[in-house]
Amino acid sequence: MAEALLKVFRGTGEGGELVEYRVPVAPGMVVLDALHYIQGYLAPDLAVRWNCKAGKCGSCSAEVNGRPRLTCKTRMDSLPLDQPVVVSPMKAFPVIRDLVTDVSWNYEVNRKIPPFSPRPGTDWKMSQADVDRVQEFRKCIECFLCQNVCHVLRDHGKKREFGGPRFFVRVAALEMHPLDGASRTKLLKEELGLGYCNITKCCTEVCPEDIHITDNAIIPLKERVVDDFYDPVAKLLRKIFGRK
Amino acid sequence: MSPPYETHEHDVLVVGAGGAGLRAAIEALARGASVGVVCKSLLGKAHTVMAEGGIAAAMANVDRADSWRTHFRDTMRGGKYLNNWRMAQIHAQEAPDRVRELEQWGALFDRTPDGDILQRAFGGHSFKRLCHVGDRTGLEMIRTLQDRGVQMGFHVYMECAITRLLKDGDRVCGAVGYWREQGRFVVFRAKSVVLATGGIGKAWKITSNSWEYTGDGMALAYDAGAELLDMEFVQFHPTGMVWPPGVQGLLVTEAVRGEGGVLRNRLGERFMERYDPEKLDLSTRDVVARAIYTEVREGRGTEHGGAYLDISQKPAEYVKRKLPSMYHQFLELADVDITKGPMEVGPTCHYMMGGVRVDAETAETTVPGLHAAGEVAAGLHGSNRLGGNSLSDLLVFGRRAGLAAAEAADRARSGSLDDAQIEEATREMLAFFERPEGESPYSIHRELTDTMHNLVGIFRNEEDLERGLAKIRELQDRAGRVRVEGSRLFNPGWHLARDLKAMLTVSEAVARSALARKESRGAHSRTDFPKSDPEWGSKNLVVSRRGDAMDLAERPIPELPSDLAALLAEGS
Repeated sequence: MAEALLKVFRGTGEGGELVEYRVPVAPGMVVLDALHYIQGYLAPDLAVRWNCKAGKCGSCSAEVNGRPRLTCKTRMDSLPLDQPVVVSPMKAFPVIRDLVTDVSWNYEVNRKIPPFSPRPGTDWKMSQADVDRVQEFRKCIECFLCQNVCHVLRDHGKKREFGGPRFFVRVAALEMHPLDGASRTKLLKEELGLGYCNITKCCTEVCPEDIHITDNAIIPLKERVVDDFYDPVAKLLRKIFGRK
Repeated sequence: MSPPYETHEHDVLVVGAGGAGLRAAIEALARGASVGVVCKSLLGKAHTVMAEGGIAAAMANVDRADSWRTHFRDTMRGGKYLNNWRMAQIHAQEAPDRVRELEQWGALFDRTPDGDILQRAFGGHSFKRLCHVGDRTGLEMIRTLQDRGVQMGFHVYMECAITRLLKDGDRVCGAVGYWREQGRFVVFRAKSVVLATGGIGKAWKITSNSWEYTGDGMALAYDAGAELLDMEFVQFHPTGMVWPPGVQGLLVTEAVRGEGGVLRNRLGERFMERYDPEKLDLSTRDVVARAIYTEVREGRGTEHGGAYLDISQKPAEYVKRKLPSMYHQFLELADVDITKGPMEVGPTCHYMMGGVRVDAETAETTVPGLHAAGEVAAGLHGSNRLGGNSLSDLLVFGRRAGLAAAEAADRARSGSLDDAQIEEATREMLAFFERPEGESPYSIHRELTDTMHNLVGIFRNEEDLERGLAKIRELQDRAGRVRVEGSRLFNPGWHLARDLKAMLTVSEAVARSALARKESRGAHSRTDFPKSDPEWGSKNLVVSRRGDAMDLAERPIPELPSDLAALLAEGS
């Protein structure tokens, strides 16, 4: 059976090193399978987060050969196996141990977002076309790869001023919900730092759910912020005619 | 003296943050209780997230003739009448309100042309009944509940595992656990506890379940003196992926068949015509799983030992819209474009009908102060669960458990924590590190999954079950001598060592119950007793702890009131 050489980060927030493991490669095998093999036979204490192993829960995010990926969806046969496969933790979050990072900051950002607020007197009828637009955003599995790759967070560490692509997607889902009556533009501008995003689309590129984060969520939200804060006429018209 | 630990106090402690746990927490919060939710993973990653097909609820948005009565009848028929009738009735009556509630909290279901919630056909349901969001209904549900709970202010203890329930006399008064991240111990004091920990699929080799599914809640309840019910009934979903090896067991939603997908064998025959000529591909899961298994065993299986499931006769755009995750799953993991050709599928361990015995109205177990809801509880599904009835189960009985737990907490005083119980629980966890030598928990786990797969699987017989039981006892013995390497800092080997103990307790209960039920019914198929026996149809099996031994007893099923009996007789 073919073999692959993996170099996996072992260590804590204080430091660590890449450790080599030889793993047999089976047809259709994914990187997470290789990590499980290491746990089962070579290093039982290798720390890895995972749940569904089906690309539905977004737990097993890591960097494979430097690329942010879900390890459960990264096939070994898609990687050049004549070279070592390097698996390291997401860079934008503090390492707890090995491939497990501290993503609790994301949960703190989420708490700032005002919930779905149905307009009074709604009859709960919605058309599929209106729902489609929002369902794209609701596909998000919270793997936080978009957060990991966003340079505002990854390179500049602006976790206090900036919410990150994941939460722009979440706000877009609420703002564009056909029956929602709340406005979150002030939050976007003042607390989630939407202005820091200069639409480089790195987030869109790594999204395993193929959500068009930049085009369909961030840019329309930026337009709404501009309308609300810098174009009083547009804001008035939307107040009168609705905007959903 | 006990190793150091931190202590937290809540009126209601919910163990598990899937659909049932979150719904319980929301209800308890709404009643003014302080609520703590403990979960082994990050919030929003529980197994509910993988549910695909939909939530069964007789909304009658698509088929106007549907009603709770037909839903009740379908559920009882699917479970071969072993169900707790009162749970089946409550479930059918309350499910539509629970779905509407989700919509009011922000969930966005697929729509009918009139703008209502769309419903699809599913196995064993007489009408189009499953409210859905493409094939990612579970994700929509968990995100909606998660956001609702966060907004209402529940306290979530993420990546924290409970290893023991604490009792003050007969009553549960808290729990002991550890933080997975740092390995530190934690004690919760609570007036009521709700178990919502899901099932036991990780004890089988081919499974659709995630690592969390290690039977924790069933074992915790059993250890605390609660009764387990219907443990012989383990559902094998007929359609899991069979190729490539790494994805074996991964779920292929029943919605594929609900949307018109057809099963064929290697010879191109629609073999379901032989097993259930009336319902065909949309027969109940027990029947379809056995049919595929039999086709393969008799030499009519596909290249990799499964059946073909084909939806490619539908327009490609339709398939991608209604089954997007299936489309991507097969394209990315198996190089198969399901809009162009068939999938290969075979049975995979999926769901536990059995579990902790609960009261239908309050979801309270036989131990005061302890409630259970969702897959960890038993009764609603009888000997076989219908697809779609799980998500509705989580909502209906999650809510009832949370409500009753909050009310009970109002009446109860805080129990006193017993240091001896805490010390025993923490010492047990540390002992894994203290042995100079011992086996790895991974090797024992591999042997357990092989044993359950080969000897306590889809088809069973006395000889296999006896051998399985003997093997489980041997593994229990070896699991008591496991040694863990490394530190307490996020150490999966350590976590598995403890989860293994729970899996072995629950596996023993499954094997014992399966050995005792000398008939075939629903998901329990005995090759040595291939027929259903009316005598066995009148009783459930109950497992409980007597000292250190497992006790098994028969219980007559509750008598059906005459109006419901008449309902079941209708149209049969």
